[in-house]
Amino acid sequence: MSQAATLFLLGASHHTAPLELREKIALTGDKLEALRGDLRGVAGLKEYAVLDTCNRVEIYGVAAGAGTIDRVQAAFCARHGMEPANFEKIRLKLGDREVVEHLLGVAAGLDSQMIGETEILGQLKEAYAEAQQKTTTGPVLNRLFQKTFQAAKHVRTHTGIGAGQVNAATVAVDLAIKIFGTLEHGRVLLVGAGEMGGKTVRALKSRGVAHLTVAARREERAKELAAAFECNAISFERVRDTLAEYDVVVCCTSSPDPVVTRGMAASAIRRRPLRPLFLIDLAVPRDVDPAAAGLPNVFLYNLDDLAKIAGENLAQRKAEVARAQVLIKAKVEHLWPQMQERLAATPPPPA
Amino acid sequence: MNFLGLEDRVWLWMASVCYVTGFGLGTAYLLRERRQSRLAQYGIVAAGFLLQTLGLYLRGRAVKGCPIGNTFEIFQFTAWSAISLYLVIGATFRLSLLGYFTSCLSAVLTLVSLAMPRAAWDPEPRATGIFGDSAWIEFHAALALFSYGVFGLLALTSLMYLLQTYSLKHKRLHGLFSFLPSIIELDRISVRLLVTGVVLLTWSLGIGSVHWVQDVASVDPPKLVGTVAVWLAYTLVMTFRLRSRLVSTRFAWIGLLLFAGALLTLPLINASRHPARPPPTPATQG
Repeated sequence: MSQAATLFLLGASHHTAPLELREKIALTGDKLEALRGDLRGVAGLKEYAVLDTCNRVEIYGVAAGAGTIDRVQAAFCARHGMEPANFEKIRLKLGDREVVEHLLGVAAGLDSQMIGETEILGQLKEAYAEAQQKTTTGPVLNRLFQKTFQAAKHVRTHTGIGAGQVNAATVAVDLAIKIFGTLEHGRVLLVGAGEMGGKTVRALKSRGVAHLTVAARREERAKELAAAFECNAISFERVRDTLAEYDVVVCCTSSPDPVVTRGMAASAIRRRPLRPLFLIDLAVPRDVDPAAAGLPNVFLYNLDDLAKIAGENLAQRKAEVARAQVLIKAKVEHLWPQMQERLAATPPPPA
Repeated sequence: MNFLGLEDRVWLWMASVCYVTGFGLGTAYLLRERRQSRLAQYGIVAAGFLLQTLGLYLRGRAVKGCPIGNTFEIFQFTAWSAISLYLVIGATFRLSLLGYFTSCLSAVLTLVSLAMPRAAWDPEPRATGIFGDSAWIEFHAALALFSYGVFGLLALTSLMYLLQTYSLKHKRLHGLFSFLPSIIELDRISVRLLVTGVVLLTWSLGIGSVHWVQDVASVDPPKLVGTVAVWLAYTLVMTFRLRSRLVSTRFAWIGLLLFAGALLTLPLINASRHPARPPPTPATQG
């Protein structure tokens, strides 16, 4: 009697391998395509999909017949010029039901370095779409991935696993949305050339901010920033006079004295009574006079405030992990019998 | 008057239960820091609205006019107005938590009215409608109360504005605060509600003043002073707001406090009501 096909996962992730080893097994350049070609020739490998991200390389497959998974591992190691014994030290190898549970956890962001992040779901969808395009998936993996995407959506909707932003730049963007609603018409001024300021402005631009202006003490630096962000530059001296024109002001200079004083903020808010002013102070020592926070319609957040909110959001996400896992277990209970039926229907390899 | 064997009060109770359910469910979700489905909240409020409309319709048939003849009915009609406006605004602007706050306001108003002693809300048997034969006076009264419903919704958006501002100023962003709409959206909706309310109240007072000029004794001074004071206060607030002289939290506080003041004038206005004058000819049942 022939053995039923099995579902397997072979790979390594940030849980099993440090960065320097993950770099060695990363499928950069043509390696992914080459590996797909290698796997196509593995006897007994009925279906497969390869997920390759910064934090994981995982091969999901359906193996029919003994020794198939070993052959997949051999092909993977050969492609990377790695000794199988060395790979086994960092290897993540799961079978059948564990695979379903693992994949659902990955898709929901439970297995990510930054718990609850959503990028992984997009990467997973991309990996599946590519596998489908190359016709390397079949009834088992198609069902598994499609149900996984639904389950991930369910988990994210019914838990707070993805709630709140967890880095300072995106926290600032969330706050801007809480104040202004949409950012498409928002006017942003970046004062200074600090790294955090750049990150925050990039995050704001990614959420639709179209009108951006930069100001720096050195004119050439202001021009560099303007070129980098494809925006206008103004001289540092004009910040005082033009402050009222901006909704969001991101400050990150190395100035020992405040760049935005309470008086400047008060004057700006008087000139724009209907629009709030959001001041983001990312500098140490601080660029914005803390007394400006007391003005009506002025919202001031410094680096510590943003970091604290990010920390609270992360703690909240971690507190949601247990609830998400309960939902995933329920989904696995439902999905695994379906997978078993499909695995049983998978034809054995030719004798 | 009955429908399916149930009198108007029962339908109004059922509507109130819907509003309390909407408020209770919303609170449960907020306590668990979960986002409630806007559709579910909208559905519960809409169900309450339909039941309340039926209850008020039966009551209107009984009193032969718009059911705004006593304090019980006035509270019910104000809640109904706020809900009807929410059903339009909620569907158009999709402001999160507005349904929750509207459920809360309507639950309070309807429960307060239903808790009144039966003598306070039983319709008096009349030969004619409560506004005599004047459809214009009935329209004036209904329009005025509808504007109170609009101001009620304005008070809610003002409250949400104050909560959001507090949240952003004090860096408390979790729980209830995480679901509030942006302050710009709230401000925009508040201004629209204020203008709508003032237009409706002005229209109502315009109709009323035509009637008053013809029969000055028909309106008692307390009612006149109360009504004009509310209209004047809201009109001044609107003028200052449109000229950007009254903005931000001050505008929100005034929107909230003014509604509390407007509610306090309702019993005053109702107490000044003159009994409907006997019609010149016997009325027919309609």
